[in-house]
Amino acid sequence: MSNKNILLSHLKIADIIDANSAVLDLGCGNGDLMEYLEKNKNVNSQGVEISEDAIYKCVEKGLCVLHSDIDGALEDYPSGSFDFVILSQSLQQVKRIDNVLEESLRIGKKVIIAFPNFAHISLRMMLFFQGMAPVAKALPDRWNDTPNIRFLSIKDFENFCAEKKYKITEKYFISNSRYTYILPNLLAQQAIFVITI
Amino acid sequence: MVIKTNRSVGIVETKYFTFNDLILENKHKLPNVTVAYETYGTLNEKKDNAILIAHAFTGDAHCAGYHEGDEKPGWWEGMVGHKKAFDTDKYFIICSNVLGGCQGTTGPSSINPETGKEYGTDFPVISMADIVKVQKKLIDYLGIEKLFCVAGGSMGGMQVLQWAMSYPEQIRSAIPIASTMRHTPQQIAFNEVGRQSVMADVTWKDGHYYQTGNPDRGLAVARMLGHITYMSDVSMQKKFPIKEKEKSVNFNFNADFEVEEYLRYRGSAFVKRFDANTYLYISKAMDHFDVQKEEFLPLGKNIKIKFLVISFKSDWLYPAYHSENIVKYLKMRRQSVTYCNIHSTYGHDAFLLEIKDETNLIKNFLGNLYNEVNGVK
Repeated sequence: MSNKNILLSHLKIADIIDANSAVLDLGCGNGDLMEYLEKNKNVNSQGVEISEDAIYKCVEKGLCVLHSDIDGALEDYPSGSFDFVILSQSLQQVKRIDNVLEESLRIGKKVIIAFPNFAHISLRMMLFFQGMAPVAKALPDRWNDTPNIRFLSIKDFENFCAEKKYKITEKYFISNSRYTYILPNLLAQQAIFVITI
Repeated sequence: MVIKTNRSVGIVETKYFTFNDLILENKHKLPNVTVAYETYGTLNEKKDNAILIAHAFTGDAHCAGYHEGDEKPGWWEGMVGHKKAFDTDKYFIICSNVLGGCQGTTGPSSINPETGKEYGTDFPVISMADIVKVQKKLIDYLGIEKLFCVAGGSMGGMQVLQWAMSYPEQIRSAIPIASTMRHTPQQIAFNEVGRQSVMADVTWKDGHYYQTGNPDRGLAVARMLGHITYMSDVSMQKKFPIKEKEKSVNFNFNADFEVEEYLRYRGSAFVKRFDANTYLYISKAMDHFDVQKEEFLPLGKNIKIKFLVISFKSDWLYPAYHSENIVKYLKMRRQSVTYCNIHSTYGHDAFLLEIKDETNLIKNFLGNLYNEVNGVK
C-alpha cells in the first residue's frame, strides 16, 4: 500500500516538475525518483544521500549524487541554482529543519516536500487503542530503530509554513493509492506540498 | 594481493617521447624533455576514448600489466585491464611518469645537456602545472584532442584538478581520489620532515651525489615516515599485531617489532628505485600546488566537466574534508559532481587497495558517460 502511495507521490512530483529543469533531490536514496525524472522530464538532476550503498546504486544508474547529510549539503550552492528542490520522504530525518527549508528556498525556486502524515487515522488509533508508538507501511520502523527524528502531521506542516510565511502554491494528499481531498489531516497517508517564498 | 589473471593487459612495455624547449611556469627553460609512458587498449578512430591515469608521489608510468620477466604487475593492476574499472576493452589508457621523476621522464637525475652531468639540484624547480603541461604535450603527440577522463589518487588527484584548471576544454570527465585542492600545514610538515631527512644525510652533498653515492639512509627514513602517514592506526594494528615474544626487558636496537622490520624493509626497498632529488622536487611541487583560485573553472566560461570525487573514511593524510572542499568548489562553479566517501580502514593507501568499491563507482561512472557520449541508451 505505502509503496504504491510513494509511487503515486513520485508520479505527482514528476507532474509538478517542468521538463528540462534543474532539480536537487535531498535524500535521494537509490535514485529511483531522479532516474524517472531524468528519463521522462529530461531534467538535470543532482542528488544528496547519506547511505554509501545508495550512492553506488545511484552511480550505477548514471546519476550525479553527493555523499552527505542534507543539513550540510546546501550552503555552498549559489542562490537560485535549481528550479526545484525535492525533499521526498526525507524531511522526517532532517536535523535542522528551519535551516534546511530556508536554504532550499534560497537555492531552489520551488521546494517540493512529500512526507507521511503522522496524524493519519490508523496511526492515531494505534496510539490511542494499543497505547504504542505507531508503525505503518510508510513508517515501518519501531521507536527504537527508526531513522526518523521528526513526526509531523499535515496540520503541523501547514502551521509551520504560515509561521514562516512560506507560500504553499500546491498541495496533494494521497490515501490508499488515490488522491484524497476530504479531511486530509485525518485521512491522508501521504502529503505533497509545493512551497515558495 | 593482486594475482595474475587473464583480465590483465599482459606483457607491456614503457615507451618514450622526447620534445625540446619546455618553458616552465617560472619561465625557466628545459632544453630537452623525455617522457616515459605506457598505453593499454586501443585508441578508437574518433580518438575520444582516451583516459589519462596520473600516478601518485612515488609512482611511475607502469600502472598495469607486466614487464617482460617481472613477477610484480603495475601499481594499479586491480583497476586497469579487461572489464576492470578502467576497461581496456573500451578505453585507451595512458599513464606517464611525471616531470621531475626518476623512472624514465626527465628529472634531476637526468643528464643536463649543457654540462654532460646529472642535473642534481641545478634542475629547475617545477610545479604541478608543469607536470600537467608535459602530459598535455604527450596527449598532443598521441593525436588526442580531448581526453575522455583524467583520473588519479593522492598526487594523481592533484594532477587531475590541475588538468581541470589548465586545460578544462580538453577533458570530458575527471576523477580525483583521496586528494586536495592544496596542502595544509600538516601535510607540508610531513613532507618537510622527509626532505630534511634526505638533506641531513651527509652523502646528499647539496644534491650532487650521483658520482659519490646516493643518500640512501636519509631517503629511507623519509620513506618510513611516508609509509606511516599512508596507513591508519587500525590498519597498522591489523597488519603488525604486537606479539608477546616481541616484548622484552632485554631489548637491543634491532627491529624488535614487526612494524619496525616492515618500515626498515620498505625504506631500503624504496631507495633502490627512487632518486632522492626527485623526492625533494616532487614533494615541493605538491606543497606549492594550489587550485583553490578564481581561475579554477570560472563561471561564465561554460565549461562542463563531469566529476567523480572519492575519499576514504580512515584517510588522515588527505582527510575526507579535503575532498568535500573540492565538491564545494565544484558546486559553486556549477559543475556536475558525484562524491563518495568510501568506508575503509586502510588510511590513505586505500586508493590502491579498495579495488572493489572504487571499481563499482568508476566502472559505472565511466560506462554511463561512455554510453551517453556514444548515444547508447
